[in-house]
Amino acid sequence: MSATPQTSSARANILARLRSKPVPPLPQPTVQVWTSQMGDQPVEVLRQSLKSNLEAAHAEVIQAGPEGWRATLQKVCQDQGIKTLMLPRSLPPTLDIAPWDQGPALSRFDQPMETLKDSLFNQVDAGFTLAECAIADTGTLVLLSSPEQPRSLSLVPPVHICLLDVRRLHTDMPTALAREQWASAMPTNLIFVSGPSKTADIQQTLAYGAHGPKSLIVILVEEDLQ
Amino acid sequence: MSAPQVNSTQPMHFMPGPGFRSRSKEVLDNPFLRQSFRGAMDFLMQKRAAQFPDPANLEALRSQGEAIRKYSLSRLPDLLEQLEANLTRNGIQVHWAENPEQAQDIIAGLMEKAQAPLMVKGKSMVSEEVELNHALIARGMDALESDMGEYIVQLAGERPSHIIMPAIHKTKEEIARLFAEKVPGVDYTDSVDELIQIGRRVLREKFRETKVGLSGVNFAVAETGTLCLVENEGNGRMCTTVPDMHIAITGIEKVVEKLEHVPPLLALLTRSATGQAVTTYFNWISSPRKAHELDGPKEVHLVLVDNGRTQAYAREDFRSTLQCIRCGACMNHCPVYTRIGGLAYGTTYPGPIGKIISPHMLGLEGTGELVTASSLCGACGEVCPVRIPIPELLIDLRARSQSGGPDPFTPQLKGEGSNRKPFMALAFSLWSLLYRSPGLYRLFAWSATRFRALAPRNQGAWTRTRTPLIPAKKSLHELVRERRNQ
Repeated sequence: MSATPQTSSARANILARLRSKPVPPLPQPTVQVWTSQMGDQPVEVLRQSLKSNLEAAHAEVIQAGPEGWRATLQKVCQDQGIKTLMLPRSLPPTLDIAPWDQGPALSRFDQPMETLKDSLFNQVDAGFTLAECAIADTGTLVLLSSPEQPRSLSLVPPVHICLLDVRRLHTDMPTALAREQWASAMPTNLIFVSGPSKTADIQQTLAYGAHGPKSLIVILVEEDLQ
Repeated sequence: MSAPQVNSTQPMHFMPGPGFRSRSKEVLDNPFLRQSFRGAMDFLMQKRAAQFPDPANLEALRSQGEAIRKYSLSRLPDLLEQLEANLTRNGIQVHWAENPEQAQDIIAGLMEKAQAPLMVKGKSMVSEEVELNHALIARGMDALESDMGEYIVQLAGERPSHIIMPAIHKTKEEIARLFAEKVPGVDYTDSVDELIQIGRRVLREKFRETKVGLSGVNFAVAETGTLCLVENEGNGRMCTTVPDMHIAITGIEKVVEKLEHVPPLLALLTRSATGQAVTTYFNWISSPRKAHELDGPKEVHLVLVDNGRTQAYAREDFRSTLQCIRCGACMNHCPVYTRIGGLAYGTTYPGPIGKIISPHMLGLEGTGELVTASSLCGACGEVCPVRIPIPELLIDLRARSQSGGPDPFTPQLKGEGSNRKPFMALAFSLWSLLYRSPGLYRLFAWSATRFRALAPRNQGAWTRTRTPLIPAKKSLHELVRERRNQ
């Protein structure tokens, strides 16, 4: 810590003022789940809830077809006119895509952002990520930043395509926090995404693609993504 | 738009300028602005109501939110130390500022260190509170707002009129003219989509190039050393992901102990603020870029600001002021705010929450008039997601701003008694004397009814908008006595 003398005396003064009159500590509040009345539900119910919430937030949710999610991804790219797709630095061997014959040109987020800025900001049409899990009740994807999957991949390109294993669905946020045990080891950046970027700052009129992706496409699979 | 404007090159001013009444009147006389605010507030009230269809559920959630905030405050100094220890362990550097000047110095120092003449800013009310933009300009540096609403307000050289929707006072036509005039190479368009795309284009270049990004903090989690950020646009993520250095600034009251304390507060915040069950992004930041990671800032700093919060904390009666999670629901539901808008207040935080927090930041000298700008209808207290008793606090602050000599048993508030007017104090002492002495009271009632013709027709502020007060022909006591004698 590089505390200047000024901030260290500020620290002491602030803490001293807060402690000048002892405040009796209150008992620890118990946090119950209140937002959803769902409780534990079969995957199908959670999937429906996630889908309808994400769609209400202007995201597209697609079930991977029988030919597998790679074919679905290719079709999505074709439909959306995506010519360049950026993948994480590395995908688990069972999930790797490249090389493929059809579909957009692939690149990987395999350099520090400083070297990739130009392609990330100006050339790549879409970023592809794997969701860690999701929250049904609010229609929220949970992404973890890691050396393999940099956080700007889900932020900077104009389209974000995300693969989600529906068996990794939690009912609501408190349940997700409790079951995923993030508190014991928080990633650098844990990102909850509930739709494409949007704003209503001009006359309360909703507009998409404010600073982040203009569209969010979620492909649902039943396959281990770890 | 005829509301007061602040040119960004003007010197800093922490105090609200005099003339709250004249600023309010200006807005009241402007039907256009009144319609803007009315429409926007109706919209936000309906959206919030739609998120809380079940009153029992809402009350249960409010109880949790209130309990979590009260618990966190009861352990505030310990939690701040725990937060600092865990942030430091995670590689995030913590700085403390007692007042706006110290916060400005810390941030300007960090920018100098990063050799960055410019910062891009995500939305942060605390940065407004410490007048960061002005301070940086005065030091030859600059700050660019990147929240769409804040960007618009900054281009116009104004201040935010609402803590959640900063440009709520501007129409799309005004924004269209502003962009055509101020953004190079842009033609007039009043399509909201196109206007947002113009902002996107301009700001993306800045995110890419700028070395320092600044953000606020919605919740700071002590047990993990985590900073949480709520947003819809993605500019908050840009500011905290792309530049080399991320500086977060927040008030000392924003800390909670555990991760599990966040979801109830988040659910209350987004539902109360904009009527959303969740925002597009909720970002948990726990560390700068780690070895082998390919993006994220290389340095993360947190500036913890006091600026009067310890004064509110030291007194049990005012401590609940710090429960606030800055959702803005109190202003959306306030009949005064809805009519005069956010700029008339002249303080960083407008509306009911502004009236109860600003006196601790600025002293009652400059804000004593603001605490009287309430009908005490109680709407703010009713909608507050963490149950801050705002109307009671307003009454307490009114009393404090007019109280007499120092009370040796309680610590003084900044500017306590500064709004005491000798004539008014005398009038109320006489009033109190009258009501304590039956003989005097009877004499007063008898003469007031007998000489009612002498009541002045011009009764100052009262008669400006009302008919004059004239005593009845007979007092209530007399009427009752007559009836009994019949």
